[in-house]
Amino acid sequence: MSPNLILVIVVGVMVGSGVILVLERSLTRILVGFVLIGNGLNVLFLVASGPAGRAPLIDVGEGPMSDPLPQAMALTAIVITLGVTAFGLALAYRAYQLTGTDDVQDDLEDDFIRRRAERDEVSTTFDEALPDEALPDEDYLDNDDVGVAADAETSVGEERRR
Amino acid sequence: MVWLVALHFAAAGLAPALVKVLDRRAFWLLALAPAVSFAWLVPQSLEVTASGEAIHQRVTWIEPIGLHLDFSLGPFAAVLALLVTGIGALVLVYCSWYFRPRDPEIWRFAGVLTGFAGAMLGLVLSDNVFVLYTFWELTTVLSFLLIGHNPDRRANRRAALSALIVTTFGGLAMLMGLVILAVETGTPLLSEIVAAPPLTGGLVIAGVMLVLVGALSKSALVPFHFWLPGAMAAPTPVSAYLHAAAMVKAGIFLVAVMAPGFADVPGWRPLLVALGIVTMLIGGLRALRQYDIKLLLAYGTVSQLGFLVALSGTGTRAAAFAALSLLVAHALFKSALFLVVGVIDRSVGTRDLRELSGMRKARPLLFVTSAVAAASMAGIPPLLGFTAKEAAFAAYVDLGSDLGWSTFASRLALTGIVVGSILTMAYTARFVWGAFADKPGVEPCHPRAFSRGFSLVPAFITAFTVLGGLVGAWLTPRIATYGEAFPEGAHEPVLTLWHGFTPALWLSILTAVAGLALFVGRHPVAAAQHAIVDRLPMPDADRSYHALMRGVDRLAVEVTGRTQRGSLPFYLGVILVTLILVPGFALVRAWETPQVREIRLADNYLQIAVGLLMIVAAVLIVRSRRRLRAVLLLGVTGYGTAILFVAHGAPDLALTQVLVETFLLVTFVLVLRRLPPFFSDRPFTVMRWLRIGIGVLVGIFVSAVALVASNARTATPISQGWEEPAYTYGGGKNIVNVTLVDIRAWDTLGELSVLVVAATGLASLIFLITDRAGNVSRPRRIVTPDSNQWLAANLHDDRRSIVFEIVTRLIFHTVIVFSIYLMLSGHNSPGGGFAGGLIAGLALMIRYLAGGREELDNAAPVDAGMVLGIGLALAALSGIVPTLLGGGVLQSAIIDIPIPLLGELHLVTSVFFDVGVYLIVVGLAIDVLRSLGSGIDAQAEEEADEQEDEVVPA
Repeated sequence: MSPNLILVIVVGVMVGSGVILVLERSLTRILVGFVLIGNGLNVLFLVASGPAGRAPLIDVGEGPMSDPLPQAMALTAIVITLGVTAFGLALAYRAYQLTGTDDVQDDLEDDFIRRRAERDEVSTTFDEALPDEALPDEDYLDNDDVGVAADAETSVGEERRR
Repeated sequence: MVWLVALHFAAAGLAPALVKVLDRRAFWLLALAPAVSFAWLVPQSLEVTASGEAIHQRVTWIEPIGLHLDFSLGPFAAVLALLVTGIGALVLVYCSWYFRPRDPEIWRFAGVLTGFAGAMLGLVLSDNVFVLYTFWELTTVLSFLLIGHNPDRRANRRAALSALIVTTFGGLAMLMGLVILAVETGTPLLSEIVAAPPLTGGLVIAGVMLVLVGALSKSALVPFHFWLPGAMAAPTPVSAYLHAAAMVKAGIFLVAVMAPGFADVPGWRPLLVALGIVTMLIGGLRALRQYDIKLLLAYGTVSQLGFLVALSGTGTRAAAFAALSLLVAHALFKSALFLVVGVIDRSVGTRDLRELSGMRKARPLLFVTSAVAAASMAGIPPLLGFTAKEAAFAAYVDLGSDLGWSTFASRLALTGIVVGSILTMAYTARFVWGAFADKPGVEPCHPRAFSRGFSLVPAFITAFTVLGGLVGAWLTPRIATYGEAFPEGAHEPVLTLWHGFTPALWLSILTAVAGLALFVGRHPVAAAQHAIVDRLPMPDADRSYHALMRGVDRLAVEVTGRTQRGSLPFYLGVILVTLILVPGFALVRAWETPQVREIRLADNYLQIAVGLLMIVAAVLIVRSRRRLRAVLLLGVTGYGTAILFVAHGAPDLALTQVLVETFLLVTFVLVLRRLPPFFSDRPFTVMRWLRIGIGVLVGIFVSAVALVASNARTATPISQGWEEPAYTYGGGKNIVNVTLVDIRAWDTLGELSVLVVAATGLASLIFLITDRAGNVSRPRRIVTPDSNQWLAANLHDDRRSIVFEIVTRLIFHTVIVFSIYLMLSGHNSPGGGFAGGLIAGLALMIRYLAGGREELDNAAPVDAGMVLGIGLALAALSGIVPTLLGGGVLQSAIIDIPIPLLGELHLVTSVFFDVGVYLIVVGLAIDVLRSLGSGIDAQAEEEADEQEDEVVPA
């Protein structure tokens, strides 16, 4: 089945432009790019679904029908794009409200790890030396010696009463 | 058997509740689970050890992949299962005295310990290697929780972590090995793998060695031994059970069960015997240097585990017999000794043998118990430890004739275990002396009074040590059943107090005398040990482990620091470049096939015209620096896409696309009014060219995918035959809509969930309050003072448009009715829930634009969350109800209801699903308008008020 050249070019240009925008830092641009990619890929569904035809309605019109399955898939994709973009817009607005710009900042935690790597730091979990008194110990009695003694006596008392 | 394991887990689940009611006495009830299992296992085990025939049980689980819960009770497993359940029950009883009353932590401890007993029993009983592995890791995780019972101290957390890491590492190696063996033999059943073992081939040897790594790490052999002393951070009952009687025996169990089939695998015997003996010696030497009596016992356990691995790995009948005997003896004496330490610790408050004094007179019963148990450990008659050790010596004396080893090798192994036993004798003496002797210059201890039962538990266990030594004749045939899997050796092994003047007897005497001599001369011995050990550049396993872990940690930080830079464009760039390189390579290869080259320009001229327009618009978007311009151009491409849909013959898509595009455009503008008009400048030109490069390459890539994909469409499309079923089963003439609400309704249901999440998420980003329903839903009508009666609420004078208000008033209800019509008629003609919902959303949007946020509330006096919830519930119900009526999920029925005067109503039940879709889209629209419209309005007004307030006082 031969592809439709003009649609192929439209898909390429839209997705390519969308990618350039998505690689930016401004959330608005990213969202515009996202919608552009979404529209481009919906057209890709058309290209892949074969030649144009009459609408996939029974008893309407003559001639070969266009393929309904990719249309159903693209329809859900269109609505999802709407939901996700609206969410992204709320994010952009919120980011602007908090930071005065809608630019995506570097992740703070990741940046922290990067700086740790530069400083050659390691966690202390596997440190070489532990103080001598820090040997593993269930440490049961040190908690409250007095309480233990009192409890022990009462428990013995209970035993006797039984 | 599966019920026994399930019983433990049920008890573990009930444990927290029981502890709440009964406090520490709950342990008595929990002990019933292992006790009942023990009672059930006794007759079974007697039968198995008499006949040698294992009992098998299979519970069908996942039939298609042949995974079942296979259990079996063989001669070795039977003995170990008795120990696991018997000692488990006693340790649980002991816990009821060990812990303080009203201890806030024991509800968790009780559950974990009971669950551990179940996992351990499951491990011993399982016959399927994958079930075995599951229980194996379960014991690892539960033991981690038990060691870390008191997580306040850093050293305890560290000990728990190293136990977890080491044994999990071993467990994963073992899993690999088990998979290899299961694949090579074609069965996951351990009994069948051992019965017909493939002995040749590098893969099998590798598999066996990997399994051994798991076994050795679990049983704390060199070089994994260091986790066990650390595990003494656990409460003493845990040490007695996990680290003496049960869990550390799992590795021995695996070696012992596999030995009949795999002892002849190259490397098996040298590895296990050598590592076992080295561990035995290192553990013994270390034990001699301990001051903490619990740590002394822990190193003693390491030593004895080495002994056991050496014996069970030897693979002769006599050694196997000795291994099982010693396993029983060790479980009995070591758990009793640990429990004694627990009593001393709880009643005196110290475990340091330099501070303990006078305990023999203060606690005579405890002293007798420990003396007897310790004597068994040292191998002194007439106890089980003695007869078992004699059997071990006898087995190693015959090593040369049984295995054909050279005199040197067999004598070296014998010397190893004799020296190990001498060290055992020495540290045993040190333990008894350290815990109970009167020491000059040390204040005698005054232990607190405790319930009698507390010290009776170890005494009860020790009684079996004595009994076991005396009934050797009764035990011998029962233990020998396991050994019968091996070829007959130079002598038939036997458990007896008197063999005659055999080499084993002389070795026993030598052991006792030399061991006592080492104890008596402990000061010079310690000095010598100090002098030698401190000078030798010995690699310390614990240090090496921590150095290794530090290295891993370091590597992780470096790798993460280099790859996870935290920059979104960087991550996306990496993903996209990967997309270009990897699937792109496959595309280049596909290009070489001839059919790709067929191509046609377009289906009609409309496509060409609109396509060119879209291309121009897309390029201009990239170049635009104004936000609004970019968004308007985006609208051009969106409407262009809709026209392409029309040209292709997809009216539903076109309709939805137009509506979505309109809605999106307004939404964008609503947000953009608060953002700066221009994008921020990005000065780095290199990066810009890089972005453009990636974009162009991805565009080319996607075009190539389009070419290849459409050419690859050679099979008949699946939707070819949908026309007829769409009408007869789906009851609709619009195939796309029937696909959405019937044929692929699952898909749509998933999409609806995404929409609900997105709507809720965006609302919560703007309204930063949790109680959204109470604040937003305003059912009453709001009338602004300057209302002109066309709309109840109006914008401020400078922004209002009377014409817009009148038009809104005139068309709103019509549009809503139309949207409902579109939803209902969508089954037969273009439309449906999505399109209808979007039109209703646009109607609400017009009300908002004309009359402001009060008017939006007048138009939709409901909470958006409520609409979304009802919609999703309706869609889900229309999926579930058919199953209740005996149909499939989301199946639709066609009902014709005659209505007087109007004719017949042709009702397809999937219309309810479509109503759900409609409501969710409307809910999404309300959420968008309330958040990005009303919400931003309100915040803007607040800010304006604040600014005014600031201006006035100045």
